[in-house]
Amino acid sequence: MSRGRLTAVFLALGLGFLWMPVLLLAGYAFSADRIPFQWGGFSLRWFGVLAANERLVEAALLSLRVAFGAATLAVLLGGTFGWVLARRGPFRGRAIFGALAGAPLVLPDVVIGLALLLFFVLLQSGLGWPAERGATTILLAHATIGAAYAAVLVQARLAELAPELEEAARDLGATPATAFRTVTLPLMAPSLAAGWLLAFTLSLDDVVVASFVSGPAGTTLPMQVFSMLRLGLTPEINALACVILLLGGVALAAALLLQAGLRRRTRAD
Amino acid sequence: MRRLLPLAGGAWLAGFVAAPLLVVLVLAISTAAEGVPPFDLPWIGGISLDAFSLVLTDGFYVESLGGALLVAGGAATLCLLLAFPMALGLTRARPTWRGPLLFALLLPFWTGFLPRIGAWIGLLRDEGWVNTVLENLGLISAPLPLLYSWPALFLGMLHAYLPFAVLPLYASLSRRDPVLEEAAADLGATPWTVFFSVTLPLAIPGAAAAFLLVFIPAAGEYVIPELLGPPGTPMVGRVLWQEFFQNRDWPTAAALAVLLLALLLAPIRLFQRLGTRR
Repeated sequence: MSRGRLTAVFLALGLGFLWMPVLLLAGYAFSADRIPFQWGGFSLRWFGVLAANERLVEAALLSLRVAFGAATLAVLLGGTFGWVLARRGPFRGRAIFGALAGAPLVLPDVVIGLALLLFFVLLQSGLGWPAERGATTILLAHATIGAAYAAVLVQARLAELAPELEEAARDLGATPATAFRTVTLPLMAPSLAAGWLLAFTLSLDDVVVASFVSGPAGTTLPMQVFSMLRLGLTPEINALACVILLLGGVALAAALLLQAGLRRRTRAD
Repeated sequence: MRRLLPLAGGAWLAGFVAAPLLVVLVLAISTAAEGVPPFDLPWIGGISLDAFSLVLTDGFYVESLGGALLVAGGAATLCLLLAFPMALGLTRARPTWRGPLLFALLLPFWTGFLPRIGAWIGLLRDEGWVNTVLENLGLISAPLPLLYSWPALFLGMLHAYLPFAVLPLYASLSRRDPVLEEAAADLGATPWTVFFSVTLPLAIPGAAAAFLLVFIPAAGEYVIPELLGPPGTPMVGRVLWQEFFQNRDWPTAAALAVLLLALLLAPIRLFQRLGTRR
């Protein structure tokens, strides 16, 4: 067997390993049996049960709200970090700025969660804010994490663009604000969109940080699913995984298309 | 704007990244107390090194720190061993296939972390898919205790982190110049010699990045050992969670976080240096 074939076999094995559990999980969502992963004939009943589970639906709605807000804030913050690191030039504290902007990428979730929770608790006892922990504190935590990822994307995008583009706009009489709005921002847009999607998914997927910084008022979808999984698997989770798989596929396709568009535009530059 | 943006961004980073990390340090030298929140800050209860001395002398905590590093190292090694031929396969695939293959690599990663862990529970538990299939084939008479075991823990880790390991390897392998390998072959090297003397050394920075990209988050992992691992898995992420949520011993949890960070500092620095060099 040639080496080309051998690596192809490994690639197929690896992809099969990644896909098999996911496909089985989603496939058995259509089984009528109440024991997960037992085939009891085709049925859509678990999707109905899923939709009727008020706690799960409520948690999903909270998660979507938090993820939407966190991703939007993360793009504003990450855009700022990325621009400062790529374009602002040297300033005092730039090294610390860069280290702090990148820190959430490398800190374990338990450490980020614990640190932010302790911070919120001290803020509350000192300033009386945040009065209670829940959606707001999760949103702020997720925005901080998502911003680090968005910053990497924005910084990489700006680094491959010639600064002369903005300088040309300035030479032609544009104010800095106009040059930013008409030249830099449109060029940054694909990386901002990709950063938004990434921050949105990270927020929807996080259970550890959310568990730390949340209070009794805020149970996100992953927190709810986690407490269900602790007791074992139920067919509702199969159905939920099926729904997530569909949405995830759409989101990833969108992200890949964005990236392809970004590459094409870069080549055109 | 040149002044405002660094200030605004810096203010957020100081508030939401630097300050919380400092607070963990302060908490680690605070005293545990009855009440809400369950601690007295050093300027009220005095500086206390109790949490650190407990964590550093009690074998349970030391073992959880060592266990986490061992498990993370094992998981990263497993990921690397499978990811390397996969990444090589990706670079050798026809260009038109590469996009769909990358899509296939990343989609399971976007299906949600918890559902994927749930899938392993469904596969491995006593009345799960694997045991049912084996029983129907007549290979076993009683279900094998597959779930809540070390192999289940490592399978879950491999499944969760494999795409992280493939991507940096693929990036570094696809940048290599095929001329180098062709030259070695023209000069009479066998395919395996070409692999070990040219391909493998060229991939070392990518392999190191892949290893660390798995090792760093795996060392603090909580969910996978909790849902798939053996009962009482000695991993610091789990122990920290327990100290915090069940025992409500916040200073001990903070001390564990500080020690975990101290242990991860060298791998993190190495990872960042690899990142800036590329």
